[in-house]
Amino acid sequence: MTAGQEPVQEQTPPPADGWVVVAWTPDEFGDAALEHAIAWAAEGAAAGGRGVAVVNGTRGDALVDERFAAPGGLADLAERLRGTGLPHVVRQEMGRDVAEQVLDVAAELSARLVVVGLRHRSPVGKLLMGSVAQRILLTAECPVLAVKPGERPA
Amino acid sequence: MDNLGLLADGLAAALTPMNLLYAAVGVLLGTFVGVLPGIGPAMAIALLLPVTFGLEPTQAFIMFAGLYYGGMYGGSTTSILLNTPGESASVMTALEGNLMARAGRGAQALATAAVGSFVAGTIGTLLVAMFAPALADVAVEIGAPSYFALMVLALVMTATVLGASPLRGLMSLFVGLTIGLVGLDLNTGQPRLTFGVTQLVDRLDIVVVAVGIFALGEALWVAAHLRRKPARVVPVGQPWLGRADLKRSWKPWLRGTAYGFPFGALPAGGAELPTFLSFVTERSLAKRGVAKRRADAKDEFGRGAIEGVAGPEAANNASAAGMLVPMLALGLPVTATASVMLSALQGYGIQPGPQLMTEHADMVWTLLASLLIGNLLLLVLNLPLAPLWARLLRIPRPQLYAGILFFACLGAYATNLDPFDIALLLVFGLLGMAMRRFGLPVLPLILGVILGPLMETKLREALTISGGDPAILWSEPLAIAIYAVLALVLLTRPLLSRWRSRTESRIVAEAEDPEDAETVTEGSAR
Repeated sequence: MTAGQEPVQEQTPPPADGWVVVAWTPDEFGDAALEHAIAWAAEGAAAGGRGVAVVNGTRGDALVDERFAAPGGLADLAERLRGTGLPHVVRQEMGRDVAEQVLDVAAELSARLVVVGLRHRSPVGKLLMGSVAQRILLTAECPVLAVKPGERPA
Repeated sequence: MDNLGLLADGLAAALTPMNLLYAAVGVLLGTFVGVLPGIGPAMAIALLLPVTFGLEPTQAFIMFAGLYYGGMYGGSTTSILLNTPGESASVMTALEGNLMARAGRGAQALATAAVGSFVAGTIGTLLVAMFAPALADVAVEIGAPSYFALMVLALVMTATVLGASPLRGLMSLFVGLTIGLVGLDLNTGQPRLTFGVTQLVDRLDIVVVAVGIFALGEALWVAAHLRRKPARVVPVGQPWLGRADLKRSWKPWLRGTAYGFPFGALPAGGAELPTFLSFVTERSLAKRGVAKRRADAKDEFGRGAIEGVAGPEAANNASAAGMLVPMLALGLPVTATASVMLSALQGYGIQPGPQLMTEHADMVWTLLASLLIGNLLLLVLNLPLAPLWARLLRIPRPQLYAGILFFACLGAYATNLDPFDIALLLVFGLLGMAMRRFGLPVLPLILGVILGPLMETKLREALTISGGDPAILWSEPLAIAIYAVLALVLLTRPLLSRWRSRTESRIVAEAEDPEDAETVTEGSAR
């Protein structure tokens, strides 16, 4: 169920493998993940890699979800991606599970890597709300890179 | 003043640590449910009813009073920060309030709403203390036919004058009156509409009906529309008011109070009309004021004018206070919250009506005093807590409504300890969901359920006196006057609603343009 915004596509991607899919949120965790994803994609571009696919998801079950980017945040993101010169796709999804949305995009694009930002969660918080990163790590069918803010790509 | 002395006694009675604690709990809970759209004070009080049966009536009512005012205040926070008014009374606040928040003046909007609510609530409560006893003195003399006429007025007005569609209102009202009929006929002892079910003979428990319609109905409705695109909340800091804002706010506060109180005190006033009138007044006054200074200048309305928040917010709270007059003096509730509070009163075995003021005077005065205290607590607690309340909007719906459903089932079961009530709860929940689906207002139904049996008693009383001759219903001058007012209101209603919708659409159209411009600049600035 991917209601909500139409996928914002900068250019139509050819059906191919080699995309780096990044689970992005408009905060420091998402930015760390994005930075690493761009670095990996730039490295892979020479070897036939495709580019960066950014997924921003929400469960859409709260009145306010600050991790779901506003139009302004999306514009900044698009600008930053254009600056890298890499092929890129940005998608905003709404559905039952954010991890599922990310992995669906990864499967659709046959991603070679999924990048996810890790945030510290208390056991109670995890029990109540679950952990998107954990579900991505456990169920992804390709390698997953988990990064924390402050770690810079080598 | 005799009344002020009684109020002072009430204040002394209310100022015990325990009562203050209940007032604080009520105020916090009220703001909590007010901030979250869809959950109002009526639902919260219905959910709390079974819990409070263990308390003294006075303490329960102190808590309910806090909840009621808190809910009003919380609603304004959401309107300002999110532009999603939780109830019709906050629609006008949302118009200018949200524009102010987008223009970076959210803190001032929240502050003027809070202080305006406090001012209006305090003045309103003092006015209740003046008028309710006087009205109750007169009301004791009212005969059954006039009392019946008053209830007809209240029911027909809430069903037809408030809300968008009179037909829908009347449908909802008759469903409510039918639900009110279920059970043993109090005069003859015959079971009605029980379908041979023994549990129904005992009459329907109002807790089950109210919780089913408000809580379960809302939960099912939300479950059917679980995922929606998240709204953008405008970030806001600590509310505060500068000297210039205060100077611009105090007159709208007082004017709003003057609009709100009489409308609230009328049987079937509601807060919709006074907030609207207050908004229109402030807008035209601002236009005139600006034009006086410079002919080509433009007023701030449509771009976030503080007067457009201060006036309607004060009107909203003053009408909330005003509705206590018919409730305490006549036993006539005119809002959903008041009707649930009234049923709580009945739960304590206290008969609402004109005699309430004399028989339970100390309780009434303590209640009024605790309203004053609750109002002050609201101001003290909410000004610093506003950013915290905004965070509540991030609670995911499944977790929130799971909690509500838990309390709903617990409450329905706890009243009689009979699983049958849970099934009944589900039936009313489905009814509540269907009503939301088809746009039927909930208020006429709840009023019908609560006032229906009272009205029947008065009707039967009148008819017994006359030996079955219906002419007695219009035999008293007061009854004739009430029916005349009702006819007048019904005749002028089409004109009134046309004027309102035209003005409203003009206001919205004027506000539309800067809104779009705002979004664009915001997008490029970030």
